[in-house]
Amino acid sequence: MTVDAPAPPTRRAVVPQHHLTVARRGSVFLSRHPRLRLSLLLSAPLFWLGLVYIAALAALLITALWTVDSFTGQISQTWTLDNIAAVLTGSLYQTVTLRTLGVALLVTIIDIVIALPIAFYMAKVASPRAQRILVIAILMPLWASYLVKAYAWRSVLSQGGIFEWLVSPFGGHSPGYGLPATIITLSYLWLPYVILPIYAGLERVPDSLLEASGDLGGGTWATLRLVVLPMIWPAIIAGSIFSFSLSLGDYITVNIVGGANQMLGNLVYTNVGAANNLPLAAAIALIPILIIFAYLAAVRRTGALNNL
Amino acid sequence: MRLSRPASGLLAAITAVVLALIYLPLLVVFVNSFSTSQNLVWPPPGFTLEWWAKAFQSDGALDAVLTSLQVALASTAVALVLGTLISLGLQRFEFFGRDAISLLVILPIALPGIVTGIALNNAFRTGLGVQLSILTLIIAHATFCIVTVFNNVIARLRRLGTSLEDASSDLGAGIWTTFRLVTFPQLRSALFAGGLLAFALSFDEIIVTTFTAGSTVKTLPLWILDNLFRPNQAPVVNVIAVVLVLVSIIPIYFAQRIAGAEKVVR
Repeated sequence: MTVDAPAPPTRRAVVPQHHLTVARRGSVFLSRHPRLRLSLLLSAPLFWLGLVYIAALAALLITALWTVDSFTGQISQTWTLDNIAAVLTGSLYQTVTLRTLGVALLVTIIDIVIALPIAFYMAKVASPRAQRILVIAILMPLWASYLVKAYAWRSVLSQGGIFEWLVSPFGGHSPGYGLPATIITLSYLWLPYVILPIYAGLERVPDSLLEASGDLGGGTWATLRLVVLPMIWPAIIAGSIFSFSLSLGDYITVNIVGGANQMLGNLVYTNVGAANNLPLAAAIALIPILIIFAYLAAVRRTGALNNL
Repeated sequence: MRLSRPASGLLAAITAVVLALIYLPLLVVFVNSFSTSQNLVWPPPGFTLEWWAKAFQSDGALDAVLTSLQVALASTAVALVLGTLISLGLQRFEFFGRDAISLLVILPIALPGIVTGIALNNAFRTGLGVQLSILTLIIAHATFCIVTVFNNVIARLRRLGTSLEDASSDLGAGIWTTFRLVTFPQLRSALFAGGLLAFALSFDEIIVTTFTAGSTVKTLPLWILDNLFRPNQAPVVNVIAVVLVLVSIIPIYFAQRIAGAEKVVR
């Protein structure tokens, strides 16, 4: 999701006269010490990410090794692998993990399949004016609240909702609330996040390459498969990271349209809230963390992480 | 490769169908904001402006919008500074551990929100012993907003190269002057695009927010979650969603114009 178009400076900049001010001396000193420059640049963000985020994650993972005192409801710091073992062996967790993984994968595939032709049309076929309007049209739904959109699908798919109203003349039925509704809604919610990186990736494919491929005898499919696809692969993966990880942790959409189905997020949520068992919740949270890490490790080589 | 007429026609048709599908639920929201039915029955039994009037008088909703604006502006500001610093560091220098750092920036958005949420909640309350407040919420939001700024800025830096900066320092400009007069102006639109995404991300975030906002802090998504299932309030929520989509045209339009103007120059 990047918008990059280098802007040559249009104004003539007036470089101030040099006096050996403090700023000037600092500047001279810094330009001679690139390492110091680097550490000054990185210290604040790394302090933030390391201290706020990584420390918090590490603390959470350690909590997974503790237990909750059943009388007081307080976390007692006795080391145990019980939570991890429960998550690894419990059939509930296996079923829910598989279900969540299946939903996340399906949502990702659906989004990519829908996003590819649209992004291609936007980047390579539409006129510049149409292109700008299409980008706005894709971006705008992002601003309607996530909850409102999920709830809109609830009303679209409800008994007597607009979906039934549209398809009943053809003998169709609304899928009702359940996993299909969850998959539809999640695909809908994350679609713009998948279209935008693929569109940006396609914009970076020069038209001249497509023409060259055509001149050399490449048909449409050959060009798409051998020229375009390898070039936009990192962008596709980048889009998939959004839809995959956003689906993997979702628990609100499945509450709104998923009927009685649970996903991993629901299990974590109930254990943090109603069950007041943070150690077990942390142990369950390990599952999506591991899945995401495996996914990131697998796609790192494609250069996708530079294309988010 | 030249697309045949039927092929580009097909692509246009697919695009039109998907756009229609994208806007169908939004249309339902729009129509329901005028519906006399409180349970959002389709087709609406009748139309009324009652909900629009109520929405603009609802103190809870207006307060929530203001809170969300504050949180989104503050976390976007933090993300802009940190994201720019980190992308300058990673793009302009070669060093050991660079990949690890870029992974670290992506992690807060790649890991499910509920993991980030409970991790930060646990760290704030039991680790640091601080009360959840609007400040903890801003810290949490800024953490996952950094990545959007980082991505836009680092892509821009990669494309710019260093020749203009080198020229500037050859001509005697110090590093501050070079940043102020050469680097920053070229980053401006990338910062705008990244900042806009960060703002949108923060404004609509609900999961991390649930775990890191103090009990008195009501952002718009939290308010919506409270009111969505109340029969009297659901249509009001629809009104607010419609207004948000309409208002969002302004910043998106400007972002597009800035990006478009730069393309013409190139």
